[in-house]
Amino acid sequence: MQEYKLKTFPRGGVHPAENKLSAASATRPLPLPERVVIPVVQHLGAPAEPVVQKGETVVTGQLLARGRGFVSANIHSSVSGKVFRIEERPDASGYKRLSFVIDRQGDEWDPSIDRSETLRENIQISREEIIRKIQDAGIVGMGGATFPTHVKLNVPKGKKADILIINGVECEPYLTADHRLMLEKSRELMVGIRILMKALEVNRAVIGIENNKPDAIELLDNLAGKDEGITVQPLKVKYPQGGEKQLIKAITGREVPSGGLPVDVGAVVHNVGTTFAAYEAVQKNKPLIERIVTVTGKSVKEPSNFVVRIGTPVAGVIEAAGGLPEDTGKVVLGGPMMGKAISKLDIPVTKGTSGILIIPDSEAHRKPVQPCIRCARCVSVCPMGLEPYLLMSLGQKQLWDKARQESVMDCIECGSCSFTCPADRPLLDYIRLDKMRVGELIRKEKKAVS
Amino acid sequence: MSNIVLYTVVSLSVLGGVSAVILYLIAQKFKVIEDPRIDEVEDVLPHANCGGCGYPGCRQFAEACVKADTLEGLYCPVGGDEVMEKVAAILGLEAVHEEPRVAVIRCQGSFEHRPRTSHYEGATTCAVEHALYTGDTDCPYGCLGLGDCVEACDFEALYMDEKTGLPVVVDENCVACGACVEACPRDIIELRKRNKKDRKIFVSCINEEKGGVARKYCDVACIGCSKCFQVCPFDAITMGNNLAFIDSDACRLCRKCVPVCPTNSILEINFPPPKVKKELVVSAGGNDKNDKPAKDGSSSGTGKEQPS
Amino acid sequence: MDKLLTVSLSPHVHGKDTTPRIMMGVVIALLPAWAVSVYFFGWSALYLPVLSVVFCVLFEFLIQKYMLKKESSIKDGSVVVTGLLLAFTLPSNLPVWILAIGALIAIGVGKMSFGGLGANPFNPALVGRVFLFISFPVQLTSWPVPKGFHTSVTDAVTGATPLGLLKEGMRNGEQVSHILKQVPDHMQMFLGYMGGSMGEVAAAALLLGFLYLLWKKIITWHIPVTILTTVFLFSGLLWLINPANNADPVFHLLTGGVMLGSIFMATDYVTSPMTPRGMIYFGIGIGLLTVIIRRWGAYPEGVQFAILIMNAFVPLLNMYVKPKRFGEVKKNG
Repeated sequence: MQEYKLKTFPRGGVHPAENKLSAASATRPLPLPERVVIPVVQHLGAPAEPVVQKGETVVTGQLLARGRGFVSANIHSSVSGKVFRIEERPDASGYKRLSFVIDRQGDEWDPSIDRSETLRENIQISREEIIRKIQDAGIVGMGGATFPTHVKLNVPKGKKADILIINGVECEPYLTADHRLMLEKSRELMVGIRILMKALEVNRAVIGIENNKPDAIELLDNLAGKDEGITVQPLKVKYPQGGEKQLIKAITGREVPSGGLPVDVGAVVHNVGTTFAAYEAVQKNKPLIERIVTVTGKSVKEPSNFVVRIGTPVAGVIEAAGGLPEDTGKVVLGGPMMGKAISKLDIPVTKGTSGILIIPDSEAHRKPVQPCIRCARCVSVCPMGLEPYLLMSLGQKQLWDKARQESVMDCIECGSCSFTCPADRPLLDYIRLDKMRVGELIRKEKKAVS
Repeated sequence: MSNIVLYTVVSLSVLGGVSAVILYLIAQKFKVIEDPRIDEVEDVLPHANCGGCGYPGCRQFAEACVKADTLEGLYCPVGGDEVMEKVAAILGLEAVHEEPRVAVIRCQGSFEHRPRTSHYEGATTCAVEHALYTGDTDCPYGCLGLGDCVEACDFEALYMDEKTGLPVVVDENCVACGACVEACPRDIIELRKRNKKDRKIFVSCINEEKGGVARKYCDVACIGCSKCFQVCPFDAITMGNNLAFIDSDACRLCRKCVPVCPTNSILEINFPPPKVKKELVVSAGGNDKNDKPAKDGSSSGTGKEQPS
Repeated sequence: MDKLLTVSLSPHVHGKDTTPRIMMGVVIALLPAWAVSVYFFGWSALYLPVLSVVFCVLFEFLIQKYMLKKESSIKDGSVVVTGLLLAFTLPSNLPVWILAIGALIAIGVGKMSFGGLGANPFNPALVGRVFLFISFPVQLTSWPVPKGFHTSVTDAVTGATPLGLLKEGMRNGEQVSHILKQVPDHMQMFLGYMGGSMGEVAAAALLLGFLYLLWKKIITWHIPVTILTTVFLFSGLLWLINPANNADPVFHLLTGGVMLGSIFMATDYVTSPMTPRGMIYFGIGIGLLTVIIRRWGAYPEGVQFAILIMNAFVPLLNMYVKPKRFGEVKKNG
């Protein structure tokens, strides 16, 4: 392996313990669940509109709900069987969302889907067709943000992307879904990258990978050599390198302006999971009905990576990894830094579920909050150059206007501040409150203007 | 020596005089002509600056009153009719009358009635917990019990009952400014008509889910069975979203709806107690009922009495 | 499952740093300087800091328990650091009762009256020290002088610090070069062989502590380095202009409380700015004020006043000196 110059983003960041327990475990398909629950909102944007009725029989890959408007995504059935109900079911937050409840019967696929393992390298369709296919397949950002991918591929008029960045950073501790994908589906990824490059009309793509995954760096680097314009950029391990703005800064040195989009500096970032899904959608005609989910945690019997059909209950996935450990104190969807803790295990895996982290009771609790000693660690670790201590106190005093002036809306909620605070202060909790309230203010203003 | 004193006096006087002239000129130039009635109106207002009227403070409310042609829509809930009469008198306008109101908590999901299903950690504000998830019970509508309303109240009219985990309104202190209504992320608090002796009857639940589902979360949820609706002689009760609602303006406090509710989700407060049903339910669990009279009776003879 | 799951906002993991750990790190960083001071000033330099810590802890405990009636915070360890630092700024022959008064002022006035840890605008140890300095000038300025490197330190006589000698000499119109002949040379001063407060004499040991603090990432370089650089440059400038009336910059760096102040006092979290840029302005201010007070002020040493004066500017610095926001590059475009 040749020597690389490692890059990283310059400001802030933390080094949480990596704990990539499941890195060596090859992905396995999870046994098909008896019943899936598929919500109509699994993305950022408007809920999709159901196109099938209760009682209807569906096949795997069939469209269940069509995206409503541009910023929305199609929802497909992940199993074949009968639509038992279309009703409100709790999502990860416990609040109810309209969902399809499908009882599985066999595994019959939509015949137009190519289920073979053969690699199809030739991209025969045009840019517009690629974007349409990706939109039809209901692909969203699979790193966790779940922003509809076709929206990101449609570069707004007057703006021009010149670089595609593929996010293989996986800076969240514990998670290994992207790592396994890069190792196991590297050739498909390369085709996927070329598809996205064609869709964006760029001739340069950089795959960013942290150097705690040397095998993935080497493998992709060898493959990338053959392709025109695709390179691998190894990165120093630092959280939150997988943040879109941080990754662009690390790789290109460009800074996305406050309140702006990555494309404002000519960059578009897609996660490796998204890239692979794009390959499957375009070359295999396969919609987004399954994804890799890491099940991990210190007390989990077999930390594993599963290919899971969307809608499978979380409890079922945990069962396959050896069951819920006795000492479980917290279950988190996603990684420990930005994941969402859940209160019930009967909620479904959705398009954005990159991992299921099980935290033992001994590590599940926050320590008592102590007074701020003004050590300024939160300021120095904030990758966005904000002052979390100040934003928290503004939140407590409900001074939303002031928080807005202090650029609270730039916060990417990476959690570095709360992670590092020696006094265990809930900095990010209050910053989120700030953001909620300031968001309301901004919406109110927009309404008043229009 | 006297020269020095003289010079000092003269120079200081001149300095003072010049400064006074400058100050006078500046004051004239930047003079703000304000309607003197604003001050007058502000004087009669309660000076609570609570924002209950919809304006940031009493001054702004006073300005709005002075500017307005009619007092329609301008009402100080803290001062009530009395203050609004005074304001009307100053401005020569017709006073608008409103029934005095009081806040009520429309959730009875105490620890006893609504089992906890998870454990919340983090910032102790309802707003954050509400945004995160349904809360430490499964009810997505019910009180979160972290006291944003108590925090918002400037009049000490709310406190948290640690036994139930729910806020309690102190009727005497409540001025119906609406700060708590605003603060509650779940819109549990309602301002209702303040009846004689602070009596009130209301459905203490806002869960809009189907009866069976709501009941699963909470013993005392309104299940939308519409029994109260049928029994009400004054058409004060409306049904909607699997929920009964008693209009406080139409309700005549006949209390017919209270006993028919199968889940005890209709509350009657500050009525003379014809039946002590509520207290019985609360104390039925322990044996302290037996303890108390026994202790009173044998205060002198300690140790003699054996537990039966 | 009968146990309830815990739900909280992310992040769900936490770094290892805690307030007591940080305070412990500072105490460890102070140990070399303490050891040197015991070597030079004898066993009073051993027990006075211990007593100072005991007094501070005691006062904090009593004030919180009986006056403020709130939970005790002595476990966070900050009071131990305050106690040690207070002792380090005092001469080793100080009567214990004066030390106790200093501790009471440091904790009672400097810290608790503002609301305890995190709320005090001024460095509590320096508040105590300055109070004593103004109230008991004689006891605070008669320093034991180690007679020789290897002689017993118990028979040290009292005398003035190099800075005291300088100020005194200049007041009497002596040439600076002449005065400097009476003080130890630079190497001796670097190792701590001179009169002074318990913890401030050994620049070498303090620098060792500084390296430890940097290594453990307890403090950043900004404040100490800017203070030392400013002192060096400013005093060097004065020296270049008129060497007859000014001491050389190395002399200024090694004497008095510059090292102790810049490494341990000015970097006190609570009373220093939150942003790197703010820290640099803060450090420059302290450096300039220190030299100004030393050169033109009534007191021979200025670090303590310089730090306290700049402490007062910290809220202002926090308000106006913001970190560079990400993506803030083009505002006008």
